Amino acid sequence: MILRWILYYHQKEILRGLIEYPYVTGTSIIGIKYKDGILMAADMGGSYGSTIRYKSVERLKQVGKHSLIGASGEISDFQEILKYLDELILHDNMWDDGNSLGPKEVHNYLTRVMYNRRNKFDPLWNSLVIGGVKNGQKYLGSVSMIGVHYEDDHLATGFGNHLARPILREEWREDLSFEEGVKLLEKCMRNLLYRDRSAVNKLQIAKITEEGLTVSQPYSLKTFWNFAAFQNPTVGATGSW
Amino acid sequence: MLTKKGLKPPGYLKTGTTIVGVVCKDCVVLGADTRATAGSIVADKNCEKIHNMAPNILCCGAGTAADTEAVTDNISSQLKLHRYHTGRESRVVTALTLLKSHLFRYQGHVSAALVLGGVDVTGPHLHTIYPHGSTDTLPFATMGSGSLAAMAIFESEYREGLTRDEGVNLVTKAICSGIFNDLGSGSNVDICVIEKGKTEYLRNHLTPNPRTYISSKGYTFSKKTEVLHTKITPLKELVDVVQVGGDAMEE
Repeated sequence: MILRWILYYHQKEILRGLIEYPYVTGTSIIGIKYKDGILMAADMGGSYGSTIRYKSVERLKQVGKHSLIGASGEISDFQEILKYLDELILHDNMWDDGNSLGPKEVHNYLTRVMYNRRNKFDPLWNSLVIGGVKNGQKYLGSVSMIGVHYEDDHLATGFGNHLARPILREEWREDLSFEEGVKLLEKCMRNLLYRDRSAVNKLQIAKITEEGLTVSQPYSLKTFWNFAAFQNPTVGATGSW
Repeated sequence: MLTKKGLKPPGYLKTGTTIVGVVCKDCVVLGADTRATAGSIVADKNCEKIHNMAPNILCCGAGTAADTEAVTDNISSQLKLHRYHTGRESRVVTALTLLKSHLFRYQGHVSAALVLGGVDVTGPHLHTIYPHGSTDTLPFATMGSGSLAAMAIFESEYREGLTRDEGVNLVTKAICSGIFNDLGSGSNVDICVIEKGKTEYLRNHLTPNPRTYISSKGYTFSKKTEVLHTKITPLKELVDVVQVGGDAMEE
Protein backbone atom coordinates (compact mmCIF):
# COMPACT_ATOMS: atom_id res chain seq x y z
CA MET A 1 0.00 0.00 0.00
CA ILE A 2 2.74 2.41 1.00
CA LEU A 3 4.83 1.18 -1.91
CA ARG A 4 1.99 1.98 -4.27
CA TRP A 5 1.74 5.47 -2.83
CA ILE A 6 5.48 6.02 -3.20
CA LEU A 7 5.37 4.76 -6.72
CA TYR A 8 2.42 6.98 -7.57
CA TYR A 9 3.94 10.20 -6.30
CA HIS A 10 7.53 9.55 -7.19
CA GLN A 11 7.07 7.52 -10.31
CA LYS A 12 8.59 10.19 -12.47
CA GLU A 13 11.70 10.46 -10.33
CA ILE A 14 12.17 6.74 -9.81
CA LEU A 15 11.80 5.92 -13.45
CA ARG A 16 13.54 9.11 -14.50
CA GLY A 17 15.84 8.63 -17.36
CA LEU A 18 16.19 4.89 -16.97
CA ILE A 19 15.06 4.45 -20.52
CA GLU A 20 16.11 7.14 -22.91
CA TYR A 21 17.08 7.15 -26.53
CA PRO A 22 17.24 10.00 -28.97
CA TYR A 23 14.47 9.88 -31.58
CA VAL A 24 14.72 12.84 -33.94
CA THR A 25 18.35 13.79 -34.27
CA GLY A 26 20.44 16.43 -35.95
CA THR A 27 23.91 15.59 -37.21
CA SER A 28 27.17 17.52 -36.89
CA ILE A 29 27.82 21.19 -36.15
CA ILE A 30 31.09 22.87 -37.12
CA GLY A 31 32.34 26.12 -35.63
CA ILE A 32 35.49 28.15 -36.26
CA LYS A 33 36.94 31.44 -35.08
CA TYR A 34 38.01 33.73 -37.87
CA LYS A 35 39.53 37.20 -38.11
CA ASP A 36 36.40 39.18 -37.31
CA GLY A 37 34.46 36.72 -35.16
CA ILE A 38 32.88 33.30 -35.30
CA LEU A 39 31.51 31.19 -38.15
CA MET A 40 29.27 28.19 -37.58
CA ALA A 41 27.73 25.75 -40.03
CA ALA A 42 24.98 23.18 -39.69
CA ASP A 43 22.81 21.31 -42.11
CA MET A 44 19.05 21.35 -41.80
CA GLY A 45 18.34 17.66 -41.46
CA GLY A 46 16.35 15.96 -38.70
CA SER A 47 16.66 12.18 -38.91
CA TYR A 48 14.16 9.81 -37.36
CA GLY A 49 16.33 6.74 -36.94
CA SER A 50 17.46 5.85 -40.42
CA THR A 51 14.99 8.04 -42.32
CA ILE A 52 15.69 11.67 -43.00
CA ARG A 53 12.34 12.86 -41.75
CA TYR A 54 12.71 16.63 -41.54
CA LYS A 55 14.66 18.73 -43.96
CA SER A 56 14.15 22.23 -42.62
CA VAL A 57 15.26 22.04 -39.04
CA GLU A 58 17.08 25.18 -37.94
CA ARG A 59 19.85 23.98 -35.68
CA LEU A 60 21.57 27.36 -35.31
CA LYS A 61 19.75 29.83 -33.06
CA GLN A 62 20.53 33.23 -31.65
CA VAL A 63 20.81 33.60 -27.89
CA GLY A 64 20.66 37.15 -26.54
CA LYS A 65 22.65 39.88 -28.22
CA HIS A 66 26.02 38.26 -28.53
CA SER A 67 25.77 34.52 -28.93
CA LEU A 68 24.72 31.72 -31.21
CA ILE A 69 23.98 28.17 -30.21
CA GLY A 70 24.15 25.16 -32.49
CA ALA A 71 22.96 21.74 -31.43
CA SER A 72 23.33 18.21 -32.66
CA GLY A 73 21.46 15.28 -31.16
CA GLU A 74 17.86 15.08 -30.02
CA ILE A 75 15.86 17.97 -31.48
CA SER A 76 13.22 18.03 -28.76
CA ASP A 77 15.91 18.42 -26.11
CA PHE A 78 17.35 21.29 -28.13
CA GLN A 79 13.95 22.97 -28.12
CA GLU A 80 13.84 22.51 -24.36
CA ILE A 81 17.29 24.10 -24.04
CA LEU A 82 16.11 27.05 -26.13
CA LYS A 83 13.23 27.50 -23.69
CA TYR A 84 15.65 27.55 -20.75
CA LEU A 85 17.86 30.04 -22.56
CA ASP A 86 14.85 32.19 -23.36
CA GLU A 87 14.06 32.39 -19.67
CA LEU A 88 17.69 33.11 -18.86
CA ILE A 89 17.88 35.99 -21.34
CA LEU A 90 14.51 37.30 -20.19
CA HIS A 91 15.66 37.52 -16.59
CA ASP A 92 18.88 39.09 -17.72
CA ASN A 93 16.96 41.75 -19.62
CA MET A 94 14.68 42.39 -16.69
CA TRP A 95 17.65 43.51 -14.61
CA ASP A 96 17.90 46.33 -17.13
CA ASP A 97 21.40 47.14 -15.94
CA GLY A 98 23.10 47.70 -19.24
CA ASN A 99 24.85 44.34 -19.02
CA SER A 100 24.00 41.40 -21.17
CA LEU A 101 25.02 37.77 -20.94
CA GLY A 102 27.80 36.92 -23.35
CA PRO A 103 28.74 33.59 -24.91
CA LYS A 104 31.03 32.69 -22.03
CA GLU A 105 28.21 33.04 -19.52
CA VAL A 106 25.74 31.16 -21.68
CA HIS A 107 28.31 28.40 -22.12
CA ASN A 108 28.80 28.12 -18.39
CA TYR A 109 25.07 28.07 -17.73
CA LEU A 110 24.52 25.29 -20.24
CA THR A 111 27.42 23.30 -18.82
CA ARG A 112 25.75 23.35 -15.41
CA VAL A 113 22.40 22.37 -16.88
CA MET A 114 23.84 19.47 -18.89
CA TYR A 115 26.00 18.17 -16.08
CA ASN A 116 23.19 18.28 -13.54
CA ARG A 117 20.84 16.41 -15.85
CA ARG A 118 23.54 13.82 -16.43
CA ASN A 119 23.93 13.34 -12.70
CA LYS A 120 20.22 12.52 -12.47
CA PHE A 121 20.59 9.93 -15.26
CA ASP A 122 18.26 12.05 -17.38
CA PRO A 123 20.51 13.76 -19.92
CA LEU A 124 19.55 16.23 -22.56
CA TRP A 125 20.78 14.25 -25.52
CA ASN A 126 22.70 17.02 -27.29
CA SER A 127 26.16 18.19 -28.22
CA LEU A 128 26.10 21.97 -28.20
CA VAL A 129 28.37 24.58 -29.71
CA ILE A 130 28.17 28.13 -28.39
CA GLY A 131 29.88 30.92 -30.23
CA GLY A 132 29.86 34.67 -29.89
CA VAL A 133 31.72 37.95 -29.72
CA LYS A 134 31.44 40.31 -26.78
CA ASN A 135 33.56 43.40 -26.18
CA GLY A 136 35.86 42.36 -28.97
CA GLN A 137 36.51 38.96 -27.42
CA LYS A 138 35.75 35.97 -29.63
CA TYR A 139 34.47 32.89 -27.83
CA LEU A 140 33.77 29.38 -29.10
CA GLY A 141 32.82 26.64 -26.66
CA SER A 142 31.34 23.17 -26.66
CA VAL A 143 29.19 21.19 -24.18
CA SER A 144 28.32 17.56 -24.53
CA MET A 145 25.40 15.60 -23.09
CA ILE A 146 27.48 14.42 -20.15
CA GLY A 147 28.73 17.90 -19.34
CA VAL A 148 32.17 17.76 -20.93
CA HIS A 149 32.92 21.34 -21.83
CA TYR A 150 35.84 23.17 -23.33
CA GLU A 151 36.76 26.11 -25.46
CA ASP A 152 38.77 26.06 -28.66
CA ASP A 153 39.55 27.81 -31.93
CA HIS A 154 37.63 25.25 -33.96
CA LEU A 155 34.99 22.73 -32.91
CA ALA A 156 32.93 19.94 -34.35
CA THR A 157 30.26 17.61 -32.97
CA GLY A 158 29.06 14.18 -33.95
CA PHE A 159 30.56 12.83 -37.14
CA GLY A 160 32.33 16.13 -37.56
CA ASN A 161 34.72 14.96 -34.85
CA HIS A 162 36.06 12.29 -37.15
CA LEU A 163 35.65 13.85 -40.58
CA ALA A 164 35.96 17.61 -40.05
CA ARG A 165 38.44 17.89 -37.18
CA PRO A 166 41.45 16.53 -39.14
CA ILE A 167 40.82 19.11 -41.86
CA LEU A 168 40.35 21.94 -39.36
CA ARG A 169 43.51 20.99 -37.48
CA GLU A 170 45.44 21.05 -40.71
CA GLU A 171 44.01 24.17 -42.33
CA TRP A 172 42.69 26.52 -39.65
CA ARG A 173 44.60 29.76 -39.16
CA GLU A 174 44.17 32.65 -36.77
CA ASP A 175 43.68 35.25 -39.52
CA LEU A 176 41.13 33.64 -41.84
CA SER A 177 39.06 36.12 -43.77
CA PHE A 178 35.31 35.67 -44.05
CA GLU A 179 35.53 34.09 -47.51
CA GLU A 180 38.33 31.75 -46.48
CA GLY A 181 36.41 30.76 -43.36
CA VAL A 182 33.29 29.96 -45.33
CA LYS A 183 35.36 27.97 -47.82
CA LEU A 184 36.89 25.96 -44.98
CA LEU A 185 33.48 25.27 -43.45
CA GLU A 186 32.08 24.26 -46.83
CA LYS A 187 35.02 21.90 -47.36
CA CYS A 188 34.18 20.19 -44.07
CA MET A 189 30.44 20.14 -44.76
CA ARG A 190 31.02 18.64 -48.20
CA ASN A 191 33.12 15.91 -46.62
CA LEU A 192 30.31 15.20 -44.18
CA LEU A 193 27.81 15.16 -47.00
CA TYR A 194 29.81 12.47 -48.79
CA ARG A 195 30.51 10.28 -45.78
CA ASP A 196 27.82 10.86 -43.10
CA ARG A 197 24.62 9.03 -43.90
CA SER A 198 22.46 11.42 -41.91
CA ALA A 199 23.69 14.56 -43.65
CA VAL A 200 21.45 16.50 -46.03
CA ASN A 201 22.54 18.91 -48.71
CA LYS A 202 20.88 21.97 -47.27
CA LEU A 203 22.93 24.03 -44.90
CA GLN A 204 23.05 27.32 -43.09
CA ILE A 205 26.12 29.29 -42.15
CA ALA A 206 26.02 31.75 -39.27
CA LYS A 207 28.35 34.69 -38.80
CA ILE A 208 28.86 36.46 -35.49
CA THR A 209 30.91 39.62 -35.22
CA GLU A 210 31.02 42.53 -32.80
CA GLU A 211 28.45 44.28 -34.98
CA GLY A 212 25.90 41.51 -34.88
CA LEU A 213 24.73 38.10 -35.81
CA THR A 214 23.38 36.74 -39.07
CA VAL A 215 22.23 33.27 -40.02
CA SER A 216 22.35 32.77 -43.78
CA GLN A 217 19.53 31.54 -45.94
CA PRO A 218 19.64 27.78 -46.55
CA TYR A 219 21.65 26.74 -49.59
CA SER A 220 23.21 23.58 -50.96
CA LEU A 221 26.74 22.58 -51.85
CA LYS A 222 27.98 21.47 -55.23
CA THR A 223 29.10 17.86 -55.15
CA PHE A 224 31.04 15.79 -57.62
CA TRP A 225 30.14 12.18 -58.22
CA ASN A 226 31.58 11.67 -61.67
CA PHE A 227 35.02 10.22 -61.11
CA ALA A 228 35.61 7.85 -64.00
CA ALA A 229 36.63 5.14 -61.59
CA PHE A 230 33.27 5.35 -59.81
CA GLN A 231 31.30 5.20 -63.06
CA ASN A 232 32.54 1.80 -63.98
CA PRO A 233 34.63 0.46 -61.13
CA THR A 234 35.23 -3.08 -62.31
CA VAL A 235 35.97 -2.37 -65.96
CA GLY A 236 39.60 -3.42 -65.63
CA ALA A 237 39.14 -6.05 -63.01
CA THR A 238 36.82 -8.67 -64.47
CA GLY A 239 35.62 -11.00 -61.77
CA SER A 240 35.49 -8.46 -58.97
CA TRP A 241 32.62 -6.37 -57.69
CA MET B 1 45.45 -13.43 -9.00
CA LEU B 2 45.82 -10.07 -10.64
CA THR B 3 42.53 -10.45 -12.48
CA LYS B 4 40.83 -10.60 -9.11
CA LYS B 5 42.35 -7.25 -8.34
CA GLY B 6 40.81 -5.90 -11.50
CA LEU B 7 43.64 -6.18 -14.02
CA LYS B 8 42.23 -7.11 -17.39
CA PRO B 9 44.58 -9.13 -19.59
CA PRO B 10 45.39 -7.29 -22.82
CA GLY B 11 43.11 -8.22 -25.68
CA TYR B 12 44.66 -9.87 -28.70
CA LEU B 13 47.10 -7.74 -30.61
CA LYS B 14 45.22 -5.42 -32.96
CA THR B 15 46.59 -3.03 -35.44
CA GLY B 16 44.18 -0.10 -34.61
CA THR B 17 45.30 1.38 -37.83
CA THR B 18 45.23 3.78 -40.68
CA ILE B 19 45.76 2.12 -44.05
CA VAL B 20 45.09 3.79 -47.40
CA GLY B 21 45.49 3.23 -51.10
CA VAL B 22 45.22 5.47 -54.14
CA VAL B 23 45.23 4.72 -57.86
CA CYS B 24 47.33 7.20 -59.79
CA LYS B 25 48.05 7.37 -63.46
CA ASP B 26 49.52 3.90 -64.17
CA CYS B 27 50.50 3.17 -60.60
CA VAL B 28 49.06 2.34 -57.21
CA VAL B 29 50.31 3.93 -53.99
CA LEU B 30 49.64 2.16 -50.69
CA GLY B 31 50.27 3.68 -47.28
CA ALA B 32 50.10 2.55 -43.67
CA ASP B 33 51.00 3.76 -40.18
CA THR B 34 53.23 1.60 -37.95
CA ARG B 35 51.55 1.30 -34.55
CA ALA B 36 50.32 -2.05 -33.19
CA THR B 37 48.17 -1.92 -30.04
CA ALA B 38 47.14 -4.49 -27.45
CA GLY B 39 44.22 -2.79 -25.74
CA SER B 40 45.46 0.67 -24.86
CA ILE B 41 49.14 -0.27 -24.81
CA VAL B 42 51.31 0.28 -27.85
CA ALA B 43 52.82 -3.14 -28.37
CA ASP B 44 54.94 -2.38 -31.42
CA LYS B 45 55.98 1.17 -32.31
CA ASN B 46 57.25 0.29 -35.75
CA CYS B 47 55.50 -2.76 -37.16
CA GLU B 48 55.07 -3.53 -40.87
CA LYS B 49 51.50 -3.44 -42.08
CA ILE B 50 52.18 -3.64 -45.80
CA HIS B 51 52.46 -7.31 -46.77
CA ASN B 52 53.81 -8.90 -49.90
CA MET B 53 51.31 -10.91 -51.92
CA ALA B 54 53.29 -11.08 -55.16
CA PRO B 55 56.12 -9.07 -56.70
CA ASN B 56 53.50 -6.80 -58.26
CA ILE B 57 50.76 -6.98 -55.62
CA LEU B 58 50.85 -5.75 -52.02
CA CYS B 59 48.29 -5.74 -49.27
CA CYS B 60 47.84 -3.47 -46.24
CA GLY B 61 46.14 -5.10 -43.27
CA ALA B 62 44.05 -3.74 -40.41
CA GLY B 63 42.34 -5.65 -37.61
CA THR B 64 43.81 -8.52 -35.65
CA ALA B 65 47.53 -8.63 -36.49
CA ALA B 66 47.72 -12.44 -36.45
CA ASP B 67 44.77 -12.69 -38.81
CA THR B 68 46.11 -10.19 -41.34
CA GLU B 69 49.55 -11.80 -41.24
CA ALA B 70 48.26 -15.35 -41.59
CA VAL B 71 45.73 -14.67 -44.30
CA THR B 72 48.15 -12.66 -46.45
CA ASP B 73 50.90 -15.27 -46.03
CA ASN B 74 48.50 -18.06 -46.95
CA ILE B 75 47.17 -16.37 -50.07
CA SER B 76 50.67 -15.23 -51.01
CA SER B 77 51.78 -18.89 -51.03
CA GLN B 78 48.75 -19.88 -53.03
CA LEU B 79 49.55 -17.15 -55.56
CA LYS B 80 53.13 -18.35 -55.90
CA LEU B 81 52.01 -21.89 -56.59
CA HIS B 82 49.55 -20.50 -59.11
CA ARG B 83 52.35 -18.55 -60.80
CA TYR B 84 54.41 -21.71 -61.14
CA HIS B 85 51.40 -23.54 -62.50
CA THR B 86 50.39 -20.92 -65.07
CA GLY B 87 53.80 -19.39 -65.82
CA ARG B 88 52.26 -15.91 -65.69
CA GLU B 89 52.40 -12.83 -63.49
CA SER B 90 49.69 -12.87 -60.80
CA ARG B 91 46.65 -10.68 -61.26
CA VAL B 92 45.12 -8.53 -58.54
CA VAL B 93 41.66 -10.04 -59.04
CA THR B 94 43.15 -13.48 -58.33
CA ALA B 95 44.47 -12.31 -54.97
CA LEU B 96 41.14 -10.58 -54.38
CA THR B 97 39.08 -13.68 -55.06
CA LEU B 98 41.33 -15.93 -52.96
CA LEU B 99 41.22 -13.52 -50.03
CA LYS B 100 37.49 -12.89 -50.15
CA SER B 101 36.61 -16.57 -50.41
CA HIS B 102 38.84 -17.33 -47.44
CA LEU B 103 37.33 -14.58 -45.32
CA PHE B 104 33.77 -15.43 -46.28
CA ARG B 105 34.32 -19.07 -45.41
CA TYR B 106 35.28 -17.96 -41.90
CA GLN B 107 32.16 -15.79 -41.62
CA GLY B 108 33.94 -12.76 -40.24
CA HIS B 109 35.79 -14.60 -37.48
CA VAL B 110 39.07 -13.91 -39.27
CA SER B 111 39.20 -10.26 -38.35
CA ALA B 112 41.20 -8.93 -41.28
CA ALA B 113 40.29 -5.72 -43.12
CA LEU B 114 42.58 -5.31 -46.12
CA VAL B 115 43.51 -2.78 -48.75
CA LEU B 116 44.81 -4.71 -51.74
CA GLY B 117 46.62 -2.95 -54.53
CA GLY B 118 48.75 -3.91 -57.49
CA VAL B 119 49.56 -3.47 -61.15
CA ASP B 120 49.15 -6.38 -63.56
CA VAL B 121 48.66 -6.87 -67.29
CA THR B 122 45.17 -5.37 -67.11
CA GLY B 123 46.37 -2.21 -65.36
CA PRO B 124 46.49 -0.70 -61.87
CA HIS B 125 43.87 -1.92 -59.37
CA LEU B 126 42.85 -1.08 -55.83
CA HIS B 127 40.39 -3.04 -53.70
CA THR B 128 39.20 -3.09 -50.12
CA ILE B 129 38.27 -6.38 -48.44
CA TYR B 130 36.16 -6.49 -45.30
CA PRO B 131 36.35 -9.21 -42.62
CA HIS B 132 33.13 -10.84 -43.75
CA GLY B 133 34.33 -11.18 -47.30
CA SER B 134 32.77 -8.26 -49.19
CA THR B 135 34.97 -6.22 -51.48
CA ASP B 136 34.94 -2.82 -53.13
CA THR B 137 36.84 -1.61 -56.18
CA LEU B 138 37.81 1.98 -55.66
CA PRO B 139 40.09 4.74 -56.90
CA PHE B 140 40.92 5.69 -53.30
CA ALA B 141 40.33 3.68 -50.15
CA THR B 142 40.94 3.84 -46.42
CA MET B 143 40.52 1.22 -43.69
CA GLY B 144 41.17 0.89 -39.97
CA SER B 145 40.31 3.06 -36.98
CA GLY B 146 41.91 6.09 -38.62
CA SER B 147 39.99 5.59 -41.84
CA LEU B 148 37.68 8.55 -41.30
CA ALA B 149 40.54 10.95 -40.62
CA ALA B 150 42.32 9.70 -43.76
CA MET B 151 39.12 9.71 -45.83
CA ALA B 152 38.55 13.35 -44.88
CA ILE B 153 41.85 14.16 -46.60
CA PHE B 154 41.06 12.02 -49.63
CA GLU B 155 37.55 13.39 -50.12
CA SER B 156 38.83 16.95 -50.10
CA GLU B 157 41.98 16.48 -52.17
CA TYR B 158 41.69 13.52 -54.51
CA ARG B 159 41.78 14.31 -58.20
CA GLU B 160 41.84 12.05 -61.22
CA GLY B 161 45.10 11.40 -63.01
CA LEU B 162 47.48 12.00 -60.11
CA THR B 163 51.17 11.57 -60.86
CA ARG B 164 53.32 9.23 -58.79
CA ASP B 165 54.73 12.00 -56.60
CA GLU B 166 51.36 13.67 -56.10
CA GLY B 167 50.00 10.27 -55.10
CA VAL B 168 52.78 9.70 -52.59
CA ASN B 169 52.21 13.16 -51.08
CA LEU B 170 48.47 12.61 -50.82
CA VAL B 171 48.92 9.21 -49.19
CA THR B 172 51.49 10.61 -46.74
CA LYS B 173 49.11 13.42 -45.84
CA ALA B 174 46.25 10.97 -45.30
CA ILE B 175 48.32 8.66 -43.10
CA CYS B 176 49.61 11.62 -41.09
CA SER B 177 46.00 12.70 -40.59
CA GLY B 178 45.32 9.24 -39.17
CA ILE B 179 48.47 9.25 -37.04
CA PHE B 180 47.76 12.59 -35.42
CA ASN B 181 43.98 12.46 -35.15
CA ASP B 182 43.36 8.81 -34.27
CA LEU B 183 44.58 7.23 -31.05
CA GLY B 184 44.87 3.77 -32.55
CA SER B 185 47.38 4.93 -35.17
CA GLY B 186 50.77 6.45 -34.68
CA SER B 187 54.52 6.46 -35.19
CA ASN B 188 55.74 6.40 -38.77
CA VAL B 189 54.43 6.36 -42.35
CA ASP B 190 55.18 3.40 -44.64
CA ILE B 191 54.61 3.86 -48.36
CA CYS B 192 54.65 1.41 -51.24
CA VAL B 193 54.55 2.48 -54.89
CA ILE B 194 53.63 -0.22 -57.41
CA GLU B 195 54.20 0.48 -61.09
CA LYS B 196 54.28 -1.76 -64.11
CA GLY B 197 57.38 -3.89 -63.65
CA LYS B 198 58.62 -2.07 -60.54
CA THR B 199 57.66 -2.07 -56.88
CA GLU B 200 59.21 0.40 -54.44
CA TYR B 201 58.75 -0.23 -50.73
CA LEU B 202 59.53 2.98 -48.84
CA ARG B 203 59.76 1.72 -45.28
CA ASN B 204 59.49 4.61 -42.80
CA HIS B 205 59.11 7.11 -45.61
CA LEU B 206 58.26 9.70 -42.96
CA THR B 207 59.09 9.62 -39.27
CA PRO B 208 57.12 12.47 -37.70
CA ASN B 209 57.37 11.06 -34.17
CA PRO B 210 61.04 10.79 -33.25
CA ARG B 211 62.14 10.18 -29.69
CA THR B 212 62.34 13.55 -28.06
CA TYR B 213 65.16 13.14 -25.61
CA ILE B 214 67.98 10.86 -26.56
CA SER B 215 71.01 10.60 -24.35
CA SER B 216 74.08 11.76 -26.26
CA LYS B 217 76.26 9.34 -24.33
CA GLY B 218 74.35 6.33 -25.57
CA TYR B 219 73.98 3.42 -23.19
CA THR B 220 76.78 1.38 -21.66
CA PHE B 221 76.53 -1.49 -19.26
CA SER B 222 78.04 -0.52 -15.94
CA LYS B 223 80.08 -3.58 -15.07
CA LYS B 224 81.97 -5.74 -17.55
CA THR B 225 81.49 -9.48 -17.16
CA GLU B 226 84.74 -11.12 -16.07
CA VAL B 227 86.08 -13.85 -18.39
CA LEU B 228 87.22 -16.71 -16.16
CA HIS B 229 88.08 -19.44 -18.66
CA THR B 230 88.06 -19.92 -22.48
CA LYS B 231 87.62 -23.27 -24.25
CA ILE B 232 87.02 -23.59 -28.00
CA THR B 233 85.62 -26.81 -29.48
CA PRO B 234 85.60 -26.88 -33.30
CA LEU B 235 82.59 -28.64 -34.82
CA LYS B 236 83.74 -31.64 -36.86
CA GLU B 237 81.85 -33.27 -39.68
CA LEU B 238 81.07 -36.89 -38.93
CA VAL B 239 79.89 -37.81 -42.42
CA ASP B 240 81.19 -36.79 -45.84
CA VAL B 241 78.44 -36.17 -48.37
CA VAL B 242 79.52 -37.22 -51.86
CA GLN B 243 77.31 -36.48 -54.82
CA VAL B 244 77.41 -39.27 -57.38
CA GLY B 245 76.07 -37.89 -60.65
CA GLY B 246 72.35 -37.24 -61.02
CA ASP B 247 70.52 -34.11 -59.99
CA ALA B 248 70.93 -32.72 -56.54
CA MET B 249 67.55 -32.48 -54.83
CA GLU B 250 65.71 -29.85 -56.79
CA GLU B 251 64.97 -26.64 -54.99
